[in-house]
Formats: sequence, C-alpha cells, structure tokens
Amino acid sequence: MTAHGGPAAKTERLLNLVLCLLYTRRPLPKSKIREVVPQYGSAASDEAFDRMFERDKDELRELGIPLVTEDVSTIWEDETGYRIDQREYALPEIAFEPDELAVLGLASRAWAQASLAGPAAQALRKLKASGIERDSESLIGIEPRLRTTEPAFEAVKNAVLMRQEVAFDYRTGGEGEVRRRRVQPWGLASWHGRWYLTGHDLDRAAERVFRLSRIIGPVQTLPGIGAFAVPAHHRPRDLIRTTVGEQEPQRATLRAREGRGQSLRRRALQVHDDGSGWSVLELEFSDPEALADEVTGFGADVLAVEPAEVVAAVVRRLRGAAEAHGATGEGEGS
Amino acid sequence: MSAAGRGARRVPESATARLARLLTMVPWLVNRQGIDLAEAAAGLGVSEDQLEDDLRLLFLCGYGQMPDELIDAQWEGGRVFVTNADAIARPLRLGIDEALTLMVGLRALAAVPGIGEREAIERALAKLEQATGASAEAAARVDVAIDDAVEAQVLEGARRALEQRRRVHLRYLVPSRDEATERDVDPMRVLNLDAHWYLEGWCHRAQDTRLFRMDRIERLDVLDVDGTPPEQARLRDLTAGTFVPREDDLVVRLRLLPGATWVGDYYPVDSVERHHDGSQTVTLRTADTLWLRRLLWRLGGRGIVLEPAELAREVQTGAHEALAAYEGLAGPTPVGG
Repeated sequence: MTAHGGPAAKTERLLNLVLCLLYTRRPLPKSKIREVVPQYGSAASDEAFDRMFERDKDELRELGIPLVTEDVSTIWEDETGYRIDQREYALPEIAFEPDELAVLGLASRAWAQASLAGPAAQALRKLKASGIERDSESLIGIEPRLRTTEPAFEAVKNAVLMRQEVAFDYRTGGEGEVRRRRVQPWGLASWHGRWYLTGHDLDRAAERVFRLSRIIGPVQTLPGIGAFAVPAHHRPRDLIRTTVGEQEPQRATLRAREGRGQSLRRRALQVHDDGSGWSVLELEFSDPEALADEVTGFGADVLAVEPAEVVAAVVRRLRGAAEAHGATGEGEGS
Repeated sequence: MSAAGRGARRVPESATARLARLLTMVPWLVNRQGIDLAEAAAGLGVSEDQLEDDLRLLFLCGYGQMPDELIDAQWEGGRVFVTNADAIARPLRLGIDEALTLMVGLRALAAVPGIGEREAIERALAKLEQATGASAEAAARVDVAIDDAVEAQVLEGARRALEQRRRVHLRYLVPSRDEATERDVDPMRVLNLDAHWYLEGWCHRAQDTRLFRMDRIERLDVLDVDGTPPEQARLRDLTAGTFVPREDDLVVRLRLLPGATWVGDYYPVDSVERHHDGSQTVTLRTADTLWLRRLLWRLGGRGIVLEPAELAREVQTGAHEALAAYEGLAGPTPVGG
C-alpha cells in the first residue's frame, strides 16, 4: 500500500511526472502519462486518476513549474497534451562573479532568522548550483539580519505579492480598540525595525499604513488574485514615513541638570549653562508627544520649558504615573 | 501568542516542499560529483539521514520506468554521485519568495552608508532581475530600510578596524544610565538588527563581550594597536534579539492598560496575559530598573507596577520629585514634596 499514501509516495509521483513532462518533446496525452508514471497506474478508477492528476497539475504550477497544455487532436479524436518547456523551466545560466556571489550570500543570510530563511537559502543554492564556490563567509565584515516575528507576516506578504485583498482585525495605536479592516495590500516595508503594510483601506476609501504587530488573529484573503492595480508611483517607505513619521519641526526649550540628558544634548542646536548647575537646551522636534515621552523619561533631571504643549504633556504623564502608583504600590487585583 | 515561531519549527515537510527541495538538490549534486556525503548534507542544509532518504527516493524516479530511464543515485563509501538526470540538471527558476529574499536583501545592502561593494551589488541585482522577470516586479513591492541613523564614518571605521584587526577607542553613550563612557574595544563583528547597527566586541573596561549600538557611539577612533579579541571572547546568540535576560535578574510584573500594551510587543517579556478590558499583565526580567522607571513615567499611569512593591514606590517618588521641580519652575507656587 505504500504506493498510494504518504508524502514520500506523492513526492515520487510528482517527481516522475515532472521528469516525463520535461523529457518529452511532444505533449503527452493523459492516457500516456498514466502509463509512464507508475503511481497513476495503481489508481483505482479513471475518476480517481483524473482527480489526482488535476490536483498534481495545480500543485506543480503553484511551485512555479511551467506546465503547458497543447492540442494534440488527431483525425480520430480530440485530445489535450501536457509538457513542461525546458527553457521556461530552467533558471537561465547566469555567471556570477565572486564579489557578486559574496553580496548575494550576505543578502541571503540576512534572512537566516526570519520566516523566509528557507526560500533565501534555496535561492542561493540555485544560483550556486553550477559549482563556483568562491564566496567567503563574511567577506564584507557586516551582518544585516532581518526578522519577521509578527505572526501576520507570511499571510500579508503573500497577499502583497499576489495582489489579493485581505481582511483582518486591527488594534489602533491610541486607545487599543480592535476593528475589522478590509485592505488592498500595495506594499510591505520594514522601517525602523518594524514591518508595515501599506494599501488602500476599502472602508475608509483612502491610503493607510498598518503595523503588522497590531494585526490580531488570522489574516483572511478575499477571493481573486491580481484583483487590483498598485499605483505605479507608490513607494511603501514614503507613505510610512509621512504617516508614522515626521511632521514640520518646531523649537523646544529644555532645562537639563549638568551632565544629564545626554541623548538630548547630542541633538541640541544650542546648549548654554546658566551657572546654577543647569543647562538650557534648544532643540528641534516634530512630534510633541514623542518629545514629551523622552523628556518624561529623565524624571527630575530634565524639564520642559517651552512650548506649553510639551510641558503639559510631560506633567500629565508624571501625574498619571504618580497616581497609578499612589496607593501602596500593591492592591491591583489580578 | 508571544512564543510564535519559537521552537515550533518541526512541521513535517509536505510532498510539494520536498519536491521543490529535490529539484534544487539534483543540479547541485550533479555539478559536484563524488562529493562527501556529510559535506553535501551540510551544503544542502539537511541531515545526513535526510539526504540518504532523498537519494533513495531519487533512485526510484525517472522519465520512464526502464532501468536506463531512471535517475542513478549512488552514495556507497560516503561519496555521492547522481547521473542520468539530464531533464532536471538545471535548477527551477527562482520562485517569488526566493527572488524576493535576494532582491530585498541586496537593495537593503546597497543603502548601507559607505559600503564599498555597491558596484557588485548593482551588478548582482541587474543579473538577478534579468533572470527572474515577473517575480522581480512583485519583489519591488517589498522594501526593507536598514540604514537607520548611523554615521557613515562610525560604520566605516568599525568595518575597517574589523578587517584590519585593530582595536578601537569608543566614546559611548549609555542611555539607561544617561552617561557617556570611554572604552577600548576589540571588534568581533558589525551587524544590523531591527534597523540598528551594532558593533560587537571585547570591551576592555567590562572585560566581557559587549554590544554597542552605533547611533550611540559619539566617537570612534581606530587605534594603531592589535585588536585580536582574547580567547574567551564569544559572540552572543542574538536569535531572540539583543536583550538577553539572565537567571538572577529581577522579576517584574506590570499591568498595561490600553495605549500601553505596545510595551509587550516591544520589550522581551516572559509572559503576557490578556484581559477582557483590553489590558494585559506582563512579566519580564531585568538587571537594571532605571530604564523601567523611565518607561513607567512615560506611560503616564497606563503602565502600573504590580511587583515588586519597591519598584512601584520608586516610580512614585521619582514622579513626585519631577512634579515638584515643575512647580518650582512655574514660579512662586508652594513647592510640594
């Protein structure tokens, strides 16, 4: 019974199918394929064989194997023939220079800790199949590493590549509300170490950016591949930068205790000491909430002076933190 | 689901995944006739047992079932020969994921400031694009920016020191302690993780391996001193990120209200418990609590220390001190304490 079941038997069947369809010059009709591939011969009935063959064809195509159908009708009967075009199948002969292989190796190894580690290694192996092995392990002395820890990564990536509409539950940044979103996925980008999906939000009828780590539960793909066109001018990173990132810079004044607030001092346009053990810092910022976060983090060592918006944001945070830890520090039931 | 992917790798290989692997394996072996079995297994990223299983399967396959139509695979005496496999002697074209990994990786590399291999990257990209066609077009919709806020000078200096095995002197900002430090370091590697560049090396001040974030290096001088790290220097395993909790770290329990639950995504936490009101209880370990106090002030009450009580008190005291300073700043209002 081993010929029927089990993944090993199926791999054997598929490999035989690939081999005979690549080998043949003329398209093979189904009846001939059933003769040549022994695992089909054992199929109980014509219907069972037909079903199996149809599924196998689909799976080979999903792997990217260019299986073509051609008309092989004779005077006596109408029939379809199948074959795989060797030229379409095979990776073109590309000769890579050793320095090119070195950077390709680096590009491949960058994914070693990510969900795409398998395809990245496989791709390099294909390019190096012809045997040139001159890529030294770390010629360049640098190691970029990409990570894809967000559970939604695979599904979102596939939807972007296939241009398939998706729906998912999404938690907003501010209040943490969860809402269903339907999106035409345009692009996927890693920015500041986080993955973002860009696309057209179908309910809001506008361009939107979604952080993959805020997608909750499974990503549902809606039917249809290549269901929409991605605008030619769309650059995921640009949309993310304008949405998540910087607005117009403004000026802020801070007071920092001597030697404190190092990261702010580094960014400051001007620092002058007022002789009382404190420095006055002038710096540019674009997001008042982000600056308030940073300043609050220094506690009593750095104080916001201007603008009032930032001062209020810092004081609000400090009050909140003090009150939340006000009781005895204990007392939160779990 | 914070443990996603961790150790959950061992999913049985599907029949089609195995087929794809075999179609890559055959051309690789055909071009390396007589290769040592162990070496082949390592090069193909499989165990020796798996490789033998694969060869056994190949042996049964052919474009027909006559002996001369079957693939010939032999590995007796530990050397692998694969012949009569002309139909699949070339690898299958790159799949969309495969093309994507290399192209996105190369494009990210090309953006590294001061990288000397830019020309090789451009050439490799051009060849790859030619060979992949439609996949290249789809891969263009995925983008990785790894060139985050690093001064080309610092990156270049670190790379040069590494290549020439020279010691560097760093002026390095430790933000959790809010101070700049001076130290000599023997570089061991330069890496980019989650969009930050790091220099890892033997720190003579700490007498241990340390990871330095490059955007916090205020100054890097390549010294005219041999920079070979001592024998006991070991690279850290960074699979789970740069933050490595230790056994004897303090265990902290936090309640995170909506608006602060990002903390659980951002920092490595041991456990996350999600509640119906959208809040979470997380547990984490840390050697140093200063960064946590700062984080809790920032969260403005949306993050609450449940344990230890000592830390909760420190957060409260610190917040009151800062508030008092603001009252002082505002003018002649009573200064609280």
